[in-house]
Amino acid sequence: MSILLILEQVLNGLQFGVMLFLMAAGLTLVFGVMGLINLAHGALYMVGAFAAAAVAGLTGSFLLALVASLAAAAAAGAIVEVAVIRRLYDRDHLDQVLATFALILIFSEGTRWIFGSFPLFLDVPDYLSGPVTLPGGIEYPMYRLTIIAIGLVVAAALFWLIARTRIGIQIRAGEADREMIAALGVDISKLYTLVFALGAALAGLAGALVGAIQSVQVGMGEPVLILAFVVIVIGGIGSIKGALVGAVLVGLTDTLGKVFLPQFFGLFLEPASATSVGASLASMLIYILMALVLLVRPSGLYGGSN
Amino acid sequence: MTDMTPVLRVEGISKSFGALKASDNVSLDLRPGEIHALIGPNGAGKSTLIKQISGSLRPDSGRIEVLGRDVTDLDTVARARLGLGRTFQISSLAMEFTVLQNVVLGALGARGRAFSFFRNVMKDKALLETACRALERVGLQEEAQRRTADLSHGQRRQLEVAVALTLQPKLFLMDEPMAGLGASGSKALTGFLDELRQEAPILLVEHDMDAVFALADRISVLVYGAVIATGTADEIRANAEVRRAYLGEEDAA
Amino acid sequence: MPTRETTLNIALAATLLAVPLLALAMDEIFIITLATKVAILALAGVGLNIALGIGGLVSLGHAAFFGIGGYAMGILAAHAQNYDPIMEVPFLIEGTNQMPIIWLVAIVASALAALVIGALSLRTSGVYFIMITLAFGQMLYYFAISWSAYGGEDGQSIWVRNEFPGLNTLDPIQFFLIAYVILCVVLVFSARLARSPFGLALAAARQTEERVMTVGLTPFHLRLVAFVISGAITGLAGALYADLNRFVSPTMLSWHTSGEIMVFVIIGGVGRLFGPLVGAAVFILLEHILGGFSEYWQIFLGLLLLLMVLFARGGLIGAVAGREVAHD
Repeated sequence: MSILLILEQVLNGLQFGVMLFLMAAGLTLVFGVMGLINLAHGALYMVGAFAAAAVAGLTGSFLLALVASLAAAAAAGAIVEVAVIRRLYDRDHLDQVLATFALILIFSEGTRWIFGSFPLFLDVPDYLSGPVTLPGGIEYPMYRLTIIAIGLVVAAALFWLIARTRIGIQIRAGEADREMIAALGVDISKLYTLVFALGAALAGLAGALVGAIQSVQVGMGEPVLILAFVVIVIGGIGSIKGALVGAVLVGLTDTLGKVFLPQFFGLFLEPASATSVGASLASMLIYILMALVLLVRPSGLYGGSN
Repeated sequence: MTDMTPVLRVEGISKSFGALKASDNVSLDLRPGEIHALIGPNGAGKSTLIKQISGSLRPDSGRIEVLGRDVTDLDTVARARLGLGRTFQISSLAMEFTVLQNVVLGALGARGRAFSFFRNVMKDKALLETACRALERVGLQEEAQRRTADLSHGQRRQLEVAVALTLQPKLFLMDEPMAGLGASGSKALTGFLDELRQEAPILLVEHDMDAVFALADRISVLVYGAVIATGTADEIRANAEVRRAYLGEEDAA
Repeated sequence: MPTRETTLNIALAATLLAVPLLALAMDEIFIITLATKVAILALAGVGLNIALGIGGLVSLGHAAFFGIGGYAMGILAAHAQNYDPIMEVPFLIEGTNQMPIIWLVAIVASALAALVIGALSLRTSGVYFIMITLAFGQMLYYFAISWSAYGGEDGQSIWVRNEFPGLNTLDPIQFFLIAYVILCVVLVFSARLARSPFGLALAAARQTEERVMTVGLTPFHLRLVAFVISGAITGLAGALYADLNRFVSPTMLSWHTSGEIMVFVIIGGVGRLFGPLVGAAVFILLEHILGGFSEYWQIFLGLLLLLMVLFARGGLIGAVAGREVAHD
């Protein structure tokens, strides 16, 4: 077990974490500001990926594809917010869960209708493919490094947005007291649509970026959505910082667990059992992590009382 | 000679939220047969104090005793089982239930054995008897089958008291029972509470000064989390500090 | 004088019995199978309805119990059909293909799982609770996928339907009757539960947690018991479902399945005794009628659900029988 291998997996975990953060940030913002649980967030991830694949196929430009993913997801988010989500803010969580679950059905089957069941392909552009040699002699795919970089830039931008801009103040105020900001004259509907679209755009970007490594297909957003939920439960609902910490934690735990648990069990079990037990345990690891965090801090690491 | 051991004793209760001291070394007691009113300007910390007495909030320091027993570490449910009856400032009733169902709930809680799965609870003679008696005492027996959501505000207040009664509590904690009641409603409730004190003493948080001065054997005044005076109605009326605290309020009002 | 809802319920129960009997007379075996599916899915929904409808617990991970029941059946039957004991040391545990034993195991296993999951999840509330139940369901889903002993992602087939003493379970109408009787028994149980002291306290905890505490009852205990009962019933449904299909796979544990079970309950009317039955019937009908026209029929299910949530909260039973009459 070499240091190089470990470092490579750490970077993979970081990359995974950063993608989860993009998903989780949108989810936690929407919940923090609007009090709404949105199961359809994964659908927006999928929309971004499909838009990127389509545009990349048409124009051949990866950059345009990324822009398309942001735009398409944001647009889809805005439309959905105005048409459906808006009516759910005052409803109880059950209604929100059901309505957004309905949206998932509509989006998934709708996408399948338009694009068919076969996955689309989105290729990593040439200028981003190939390995990069990092200090220490590790060779790591350039593309994955780019993803990490983009993710960190977005995180920084988000923190700046929340902390330093007027929109950010409105968001923070909205999280603290929804009725108050309406009373203060802030245009709530526009703010909410904006926040929702922002979250959607982030999800779409994540979908596009990951779509180049995995494939672009219907339902791709769902496993990621659930993980994003785990992330914000661990990090604390409503906290962007919690989303980042939680995402990195989950990303690292999952990636390192999947690689090293089978090896760990291989130390004293025979290979077949080791892989099987290791893989099973690894797949449950993040949920165990979530359960542990909740036992100690029921509101998550950075969650306030709700 | 009536027994003067306090039914409720609050000693040195303090609670801070960050820099805000919501309860500042509060001590008071509740004697058998008395109505002890807790008054004070808005933001004085009355709700916080009530929450600590009822068990939903833990004090940072201090001690609470019910019937001589230290309950500081017990939760709301345990305190209820010891006989602490409660009514809420904002009606805390099951809105979908009928009036009778709400009171039966109270009777069920008092009896315990809620983990019974096969009997029809609304046909349980013992529970119904307790429930109906409570309803009769507050005068709501005619409304037994009405949906709680359809009751008037005043009737919901009555229902709150009825539910508290089913517990046959050793003491009552009442948080602004007069709130939202009109003149006749307040008068009726005042008369009711006057009688009720014989069964179990009442710690009463109230803003309605007429009711307070009519009912209270003793009054404690809470300002900025601390009790600045405790005494009879006359003593409190004459107290200079209290007048200052309230005169300020009345000027602004 | 029975209420509108009671009359409706009796009619529904009668219809569910009449349809397959009629189909038998007309030799339409497929319809009998559909009716069996409706009965079993309704059972799953009745389970969820206890936690969700009475208790207000939005459990998005109930597929966990459905799947545990299914896998209980799958494991026991697989070992039976292979003549391969499950465990030899320290005790001999063999598989079985006897339904009553399988049902017992399914119920106990799901109840235990619900106890553990509930004890952890019920410490939270609101959105946290929803997400945590979802997460636990997913945890079991991924575990099942990685558990290659029972097929992993491909699932486990059972070649012959399990046995019930005295009946020919391979006969569609007899298997339907088994499912139907179980459904009726559970419905009676559920109705009595709702009217019981426990049901009253649980429903009160949903509406006003504070009040329940101040009358001396602990909401956490009430909810945990409800969650366990709820999980056990859904687990039984899972065992029956796997038996019907002679197949169990991780899909039974997926959150889509959790969502679907919730959809049955909602379409019929959450909290209504026969809600899950109506919901399951509508779902199966849509699947087969609309599904015949388009393989994208779930879009319409989604639209129906959306419209229902936005505009018709009482579900179908609510639309027909009005607001629930207080139990007396």
